[in-house]
Amino acid sequence: MSGTKGLNRQQMADWVAREFQDGWIVNLGVGIPTLCSNTDIGGRDITYHSENGVIGYGGVAAEGQEDLNLVNAGGQNVVLNPGAAVVHHADSFGVIRGGHIDATVMGAYQVSMTGDFANWKLKGQKGGGIGGAMDLAACAKRVFIILEHVTRDGSPRLVTACDLPVTARGVVTLVATNYGLFQPTGDGFRLLEIAPGLTVDEIRAATGGALTVTDALKEIRTGQ
Amino acid sequence: MTQKSKLRGSFADAVADIADGSTIAFGGFAMPGTPFNLIQALKEQGARRLTLVANTTGGAQQPRMPDIGMLVENGQVAKVICAFTAATRPTDVLPFTKYYESGEVDAELVPQGTLAERLRAAGAGIPAFYTPTAVGTELAEGRETRIIDGREYLLEYALKLDYAFIRARTADTMGNLRFHRSQRNFGPVMATAARITIAEIDDKIVPAGTIDPDDVHTPGIYVHRLVQVPPEPEGLWPTKRQERRK
Repeated sequence: MSGTKGLNRQQMADWVAREFQDGWIVNLGVGIPTLCSNTDIGGRDITYHSENGVIGYGGVAAEGQEDLNLVNAGGQNVVLNPGAAVVHHADSFGVIRGGHIDATVMGAYQVSMTGDFANWKLKGQKGGGIGGAMDLAACAKRVFIILEHVTRDGSPRLVTACDLPVTARGVVTLVATNYGLFQPTGDGFRLLEIAPGLTVDEIRAATGGALTVTDALKEIRTGQ
Repeated sequence: MTQKSKLRGSFADAVADIADGSTIAFGGFAMPGTPFNLIQALKEQGARRLTLVANTTGGAQQPRMPDIGMLVENGQVAKVICAFTAATRPTDVLPFTKYYESGEVDAELVPQGTLAERLRAAGAGIPAFYTPTAVGTELAEGRETRIIDGREYLLEYALKLDYAFIRARTADTMGNLRFHRSQRNFGPVMATAARITIAEIDDKIVPAGTIDPDDVHTPGIYVHRLVQVPPEPEGLWPTKRQERRK
């Protein structure tokens, strides 16, 4: 991520992880969302659910200590926390569709001002990679998205309407980018916190829809 | 024991009768639960025009183990029903993708939870069900939806199988199975949805009565053939994944 402005990957994940409340059941997607489990959120007790049926996994297993039959959604060999449980795939998605996931964190290509997001298919692609994303997006109580604020060619990823095929509509609760922290408002995005080194005008120019700014705009705490 | 023994002496023997045109599901999520040995045997057996059901077609991770992408490359596959026809990361390329893009092999892309539930429904005598997943997406275009209690749901149909290939940790001679950790994944639901379930087993197969009935994950009534996985190098086992480049 060197060369891009604002927050790095771990800092984006940190901000999202700080939203997790004690007792939540959380599902982390592949990529940057995985980094949420590194964030120090004090004594809050979070149960991590993985779509392959692992409920209550912990960190990545130490070198040489891996159980090759135990992976998280990203295929990493993880360890289990005390009190973990394993269920089969249909039950695991019962956990998801049944509304038992307090928050899901996913990456995306685009998020719209109405809370749609797109993360399974590129423009013009035949097929794609859905995995568990559509189930999680449709059914988790909160959908948090982490993504780079602009594409490689500088186009906004926070847009008025997704021009990529959507994963779900009207579900995104919060968006963390390297520029700041946002809520979709229906006609734009509300800036909740701003990354160090960025200005509101700079963000407005790189964001689709109307950008409103919360009265209590703070700089994001990036201290680890 | 009055019933015919479920034990098979080799993977080749266990898959010998699989006919062209069969629908076969494969357990596995990443390496755990993937029936590497049965996939290898099916490749050697050579049945063609197959419809394959699995989470993914595989092949994005290194080292590459037997995956259904290899059956595609071997010209045995007409169609794949899965949750990924392409990798999650655009930079990863699945070997299967080019066969799909060229039209050589058909695919039905299904959200993972819908795939699991279609299999569960098939095994449980439920012909179809409504799910909130994929509503409002291009997957739902032109398909039947229904508003229930104010929310829109998409109609999905049960997915019946001719065969399920799965992998478990422990089995007894009746075919009762126990899985280890995330090896379980799709195995139990695929077993219920199939006419014939073939399981490759990590540990030595134990006499009936050895596994406490309360501890059985998949009852033997759903499991028809068992093959013991031999030690390496003859048998194929999960390996440590090499980390991707960051």
